[in-house]
Amino acid sequence: MSQATLSTTEVKCYHCGADCDDSIIVHDDKPFCCEGCKLVYELLQENELCSYYDFTQNPGVSPDKTYYAGKYAYLDMPEVQQRIIEFTDGRQTHVNWYLPQMHCSSCVYLLENLHRLHEGVISSLVNFPEKKVRVVIDTQKIKLSKLAELLTYIGYEPYISLQDVEGNAQQKNNRSRLYKIGIAGFAFGNVMMMSFPDYFGLGDTQSDHQLQTMFSLFSVVLALPVFFYSASEFFVSAWKSIRKQYLNIDAPIALAILVTFLRSLYEIGTQTGVGYLDSMTGIVFFMLLGRYFQDKTYSAISFDRDYKSYFPVAVTLLKKATSKDSEVPTTSNEQILVTNLQPGDQILIRNKELIPADVRLISERAMIDYSFVSGESVPVEKTRNEIIYAGGRQMGGAIELEVTKKVSQSYLTQLWNNDSLSQQQQSQKRDLVGQINRYFTWTVLGLGLAALAYWYLMGDLPRGINAITTILIVACPCALLLSDTFTNGNMLGMFGSNKFYLKNAQVIENLSEIDTVVFDKTGTLTLPDAAQIEFVGKPLSPLQKSIAKTMSEQSSHPLSRLIAKSLAASPKEKTLTHFKEVEGLGLQAQLGDDFVIKMGSARFLGIAPASDDQETSHVYFSFGGQFLGYFNIFSLYRDNLSETLTALKQRHYQTYLLSGDKPTDIALLSHLFGSEKQLHFLQKPEDKLRFIEDLQQKGQKVLMVGDGLNDAGALLKSNVGIAVSDNINNFTPACDGILEGKQLSLLPHYVKLAKAGRRIVIQSFVISVVYNIIGLSFALTGTLSPVIAAILMPASSISIVLFTTLSSRLATRLLLKKAD
Amino acid sequence: MSALILLLSLSLLVAGAFLVAFIWSVKRGQFDDDYTPSIRILFEDKENSSSPQS
Repeated sequence: MSQATLSTTEVKCYHCGADCDDSIIVHDDKPFCCEGCKLVYELLQENELCSYYDFTQNPGVSPDKTYYAGKYAYLDMPEVQQRIIEFTDGRQTHVNWYLPQMHCSSCVYLLENLHRLHEGVISSLVNFPEKKVRVVIDTQKIKLSKLAELLTYIGYEPYISLQDVEGNAQQKNNRSRLYKIGIAGFAFGNVMMMSFPDYFGLGDTQSDHQLQTMFSLFSVVLALPVFFYSASEFFVSAWKSIRKQYLNIDAPIALAILVTFLRSLYEIGTQTGVGYLDSMTGIVFFMLLGRYFQDKTYSAISFDRDYKSYFPVAVTLLKKATSKDSEVPTTSNEQILVTNLQPGDQILIRNKELIPADVRLISERAMIDYSFVSGESVPVEKTRNEIIYAGGRQMGGAIELEVTKKVSQSYLTQLWNNDSLSQQQQSQKRDLVGQINRYFTWTVLGLGLAALAYWYLMGDLPRGINAITTILIVACPCALLLSDTFTNGNMLGMFGSNKFYLKNAQVIENLSEIDTVVFDKTGTLTLPDAAQIEFVGKPLSPLQKSIAKTMSEQSSHPLSRLIAKSLAASPKEKTLTHFKEVEGLGLQAQLGDDFVIKMGSARFLGIAPASDDQETSHVYFSFGGQFLGYFNIFSLYRDNLSETLTALKQRHYQTYLLSGDKPTDIALLSHLFGSEKQLHFLQKPEDKLRFIEDLQQKGQKVLMVGDGLNDAGALLKSNVGIAVSDNINNFTPACDGILEGKQLSLLPHYVKLAKAGRRIVIQSFVISVVYNIIGLSFALTGTLSPVIAAILMPASSISIVLFTTLSSRLATRLLLKKAD
Repeated sequence: MSALILLLSLSLLVAGAFLVAFIWSVKRGQFDDDYTPSIRILFEDKENSSSPQS
């Protein structure tokens, strides 16, 4: 039995840091893993950019090997340019591209020195958190397609998707909230200053009265922009909710702000007091700050991808297209936007390219990898005239295809238009705070009205009005809201620093409520690029191992790649000749004149398949016509999987497995999941979606953990959908959260932490209720002095913020550090 | 009294100047990316500084 990746010499590529297996290229006394890395190094050396290697160890990214000349030709099409260019005046053009490979300070250095690599680049500016680079180019000297080629060449392939080209204009950075915070903070500080004389008591002399009037007038002027501009979003949101006949969380805030403002104006106008403008500006300032904090999430990670962000922007259209008279005259292979593809068009798809529409195969044979759609890891062979569905990826040589349906009508696209997905969005509004808030608002309003009625009956109406307004001011649920926003903000940060990236605060709450966990298998529970390989049969001699390695290295089939990797320690056998790959069947080579070596499927070797051929993947090996045995390839599961599942079961979560794959490793998996009934194989994307739906109809709250596009429907449908990815820059389907693969074992702890977050919100709410009761007991009697109200307001807010911050940090430390 | 008014107006003016500076900096995009500049400051400006042997 030979374990994968056991190379004896650990040589790391100077450029990209990958393990150099045996094909080390030495250049300038430095090892490189491939020609591409070496070329980048040479280019940087030539342009004196080698301090690239000083900031980080092995900072480079190995250039994409699937690149081919003309890949970006579509960037020079006017209709594409119109969408992706931010600004142009004919000479200078600005583009802002997303470079997912950007990962360290060296990347920033190189990308901001692009002008030294090409004279056409005028300047470039990196936004690292968003992984974007804004490049200004001189269109006379460099074309957009050339710029994209340059970036790809040095390893930073720009990611330009159909969504960019087709989608709506990108939303502007949310700067207005910063303006609002700035203005509210400015007003808050200054109104506070104006109120100090009043807190400490002014005398009764004439000049003191004049001073007070003056301070009050200044305060009103300062409070106006806060009321009309900074606080506007609370009023808008509250008004919207009232029109829909329910009270949202902003309604009581808006009411409190409104009442405080009006009462302050009244008091100042009638010279009966100084009002509570300091409290009002304070509320608005703290609330806005809390929300800014909570919404500041991960700008580089997108959670809302649909099929459009996976699809290529353009494909190569073949000349032979059945030219309808209206179409543009087609020259030989030209690029066409995939949205413009018409049924009947003939397209060319190269190795590892994604097929964007449902097509019919024209070429003789194709190997289609559907892992993207179905999760099935082994490519499927297709022959001429077969229909291939969108989302498949060609493995091997280029193929010709004829489009049968438009992109928007393909099988894959239909998955997104499933009704049950669009319906669910609305029903998720009721969160914990919302529920508390409903009772809270009505209670406060009831109390206020009761107090008003009481004083009215006692014949002291002014005192009654005083009481109700004070109640509304003091009982503003700001503390509750502050505790919620700050706890969530903290939690999001805590999860993020533990490699678990959540879309928004609502997800934390949903996560704390789940009772069922559904896992996908391929890529989620198993490792995507590793496998355990053993040879069943006669043990192989060193020569045979070398031959098997050399042969499998020639092929791009995933199984060949895995075998080559597992035999990395063997040297290359250079005497092999007549190498031949029969797509979908196997590999053949000759040693000497007539000694034939074959590896591949049983059919290819002309022997009967082994009994367990359906369960695991086999690659058979024959040596000079003599059958020696087969490589048995098992998927390798992630570490600590059994601990994770045991921990989930102990806490009484139901666990299920949904796999698009054929049934494998049933014994192992049924042990992990408890019983065979929990395992579901051969699930199509719709089946997964329906499975989740059935569970939800039974009232269960489902957490779906998946990775591929085949899980996309289920991820969206579930209460919480988490995408597992080994590189968060890779593209993950639309989901609520992205979890780094290595952290999957911490899943039970994450759920626990989410629950702790809920508890913290409730605890701080209790604290704020205590404050409110103290405040209310003063207010009901109508004797709360402005000084106490003014101190109580910020003091309660600040203590709540402190409490949530400290306790969420403590909870994270207790729950996650222990687990490491 | 009039001295107080003068002082108040002055203090507001100073605070207002800071507010304007803040709004200007947001508008210029200084708050769009609060991370990259911290890396950028480490880079050498001139080309001659780098040598392949690090």
